[in-house]
Amino acid sequence: MIKTEDLRKDFAVRVKSGRFRREKRTVEAVAGVSLNIGAGEMVGYIGPNGAGKSTTLKMLTGVLSPSGGQVEVCGLRPVPQRTKLALRIGVVFGQRSQLWWDLPLGESFALLRHIYRVPAAEHRERLRRCRELLDLDGFMDTPVRQLSLGQRMRGELTAALLHGPRVLFLDEPTIGLDVVSKQAVRSFLAELGGTGDVTLVLTTHDLADIERLCERLVVIDHGRVVHDGTIEALHARYGSRRSLVADLSSPLPEGFELPGATLIGVEADRHRVTFALDGVTAGAAVADLVAAVPIRDLSVVEPDIEDVVARLYVSGAP
Amino acid sequence: MGELRAYAALAGAQARSVFSYRSSFVIELVGNVGATVFDVLTVLVLFRATDRIGGFTLPEALLMAGITSAGFALADFVVGNVDRLKTYVRAGTLDAVLVRPLAALPQLLLMDLPIRKLVRVVFGFGVLAVAIGLNDPDWTPARVSLIVLAPLSCAVFMGSIFVISASLAFWWVDSGELGSAFTYGGKDFASYPITVYGPAFRGLFAYALGFAFISYQPALALLGRADPLGLPSWAGFAAPVAAFAVAAVAAGVWRTGIRHYRSTGS
Ligand SMILES: Nc1ncnc2c1ncn2[C@@H]1O[C@H](COP(=O)(O)OP(=O)(O)OP(=O)(O)O)[C@@H](O)[C@H]1O
Ligand SMILES: [Mg+2]
Repeated sequence: MIKTEDLRKDFAVRVKSGRFRREKRTVEAVAGVSLNIGAGEMVGYIGPNGAGKSTTLKMLTGVLSPSGGQVEVCGLRPVPQRTKLALRIGVVFGQRSQLWWDLPLGESFALLRHIYRVPAAEHRERLRRCRELLDLDGFMDTPVRQLSLGQRMRGELTAALLHGPRVLFLDEPTIGLDVVSKQAVRSFLAELGGTGDVTLVLTTHDLADIERLCERLVVIDHGRVVHDGTIEALHARYGSRRSLVADLSSPLPEGFELPGATLIGVEADRHRVTFALDGVTAGAAVADLVAAVPIRDLSVVEPDIEDVVARLYVSGAP
Repeated sequence: MGELRAYAALAGAQARSVFSYRSSFVIELVGNVGATVFDVLTVLVLFRATDRIGGFTLPEALLMAGITSAGFALADFVVGNVDRLKTYVRAGTLDAVLVRPLAALPQLLLMDLPIRKLVRVVFGFGVLAVAIGLNDPDWTPARVSLIVLAPLSCAVFMGSIFVISASLAFWWVDSGELGSAFTYGGKDFASYPITVYGPAFRGLFAYALGFAFISYQPALALLGRADPLGLPSWAGFAAPVAAFAVAAVAAGVWRTGIRHYRSTGS
């Protein structure tokens, strides 16, 4: 569905280098990204600020011409075949509105039907679904400029979907939303992706979005891909493991060993212990532990994706 | 066909958003009437001081001014707002335009079609009609077609100049009012008989850039007057050719410009 080969974008910028002198410098915003995304995939595209995420999405949607490399979306070349591609993709730039500022939300949708030349019945059906799932009914008649950020974002999502796109590009769709709105957007996207009809590429700084929605994670830094794979693969690569935290009724005996796990923390006079699980299931580890010492309370902690990604951002720097 | 409907819908939406600020629309409309009346006053004041300008009488000069004024007003109404491009480029809002399945330029124009400027179009064609009435040319089929073609060619020509100067923003975000120098400057240049200008200035603007062909030469052909500067009478009919040539350049510049669009970070 989406294919890029050594995709690049350089920006020439002038920087002040003295009182009157200005020096020309090139910023490599995207420095050779090769991706292959199949139909129906949901891909999280993440990276630190300035990594080149938005720039990549702009090249995939035909907004920016690449400085080098190949790019193909839905079998089309985005810049030369921009208007044709636009009929098949949906785009939400979280920081920028696609809607008509002065028109009521409902009118923006009606207008989009003409722009995308969608048959009336299809349009009605899609709009009905979005109204229901995103709960738009309260503000369909409000001018867009008067909508709150969360309301507007739900409007933007609807606007991007009314023509039934095959690929949906979302650049920070949850930026600035409260917890409830974030949940609404996430479950809407999860439902959308669950049908398998839509390919979804999502950038975000909220890794909970990714955990909830995306099987596959592409991490870029300084314009280069530093990881491409599942979240599990990422954990495996950085050795992040699940851990078992237990509160004991009596102190842990000296020299105690739990097969397949490593003791990584001891607190409260050996009454609270943490084991990292290397090769065993949580069930087996708990059974072994209970057999050795009486337990008051215990919990299994998932590895924290934020930690892993933070480590990745740091080590990814060239 | 579907595409035309899409453009019509865009224009309708624009009209509705303008009317959602009704009072500011009325203020701008009044402002436009004022500006237009002011344009006429300058011409009349000029002829208060002298009864011939560059060897032409008031009605003859008025015909040139009329063609320019009608053509320019039409171009300004349809294409003039392309100079907003620099704000879109600076803010990166062109992104939204580029992800829609329609050509970018028509979308931009329809996004803020200045309905208030229609007043100027009506006025421009009014001046042209009065000028024709005052001159009362001998109507031949060629002249009849020219009186239709001349203002239209002028509009295409001026519209193309609007597009070219606005496109500067793709390369140079801070192009400021440089573009207006060419559009409004060109209009002012073509409003008077080109015989009033010095040879170097005239050579550049009238012939090299082609402004002679949008009003001066067609007016001579309509009047049946020989060109004091020596071009043959068929030069008046070169207006559509000049318009077409400049339009082709404008299309090329626009297309190249859009590929240079760099959006903004975020
Ligand atoms: N229009 C532009 N002109 C010059 N430089 C730009 C432009 N757009 C982006 N850049 C630069 O390109 C690099 C990548 O920017 P981009 O917006 O793609 O980052 P991002 O990954 O989306 O970051 P963020 O998470 O902060 O949104 C940055 O160094 C930025 O300064
Ligand atoms: Mg970004």
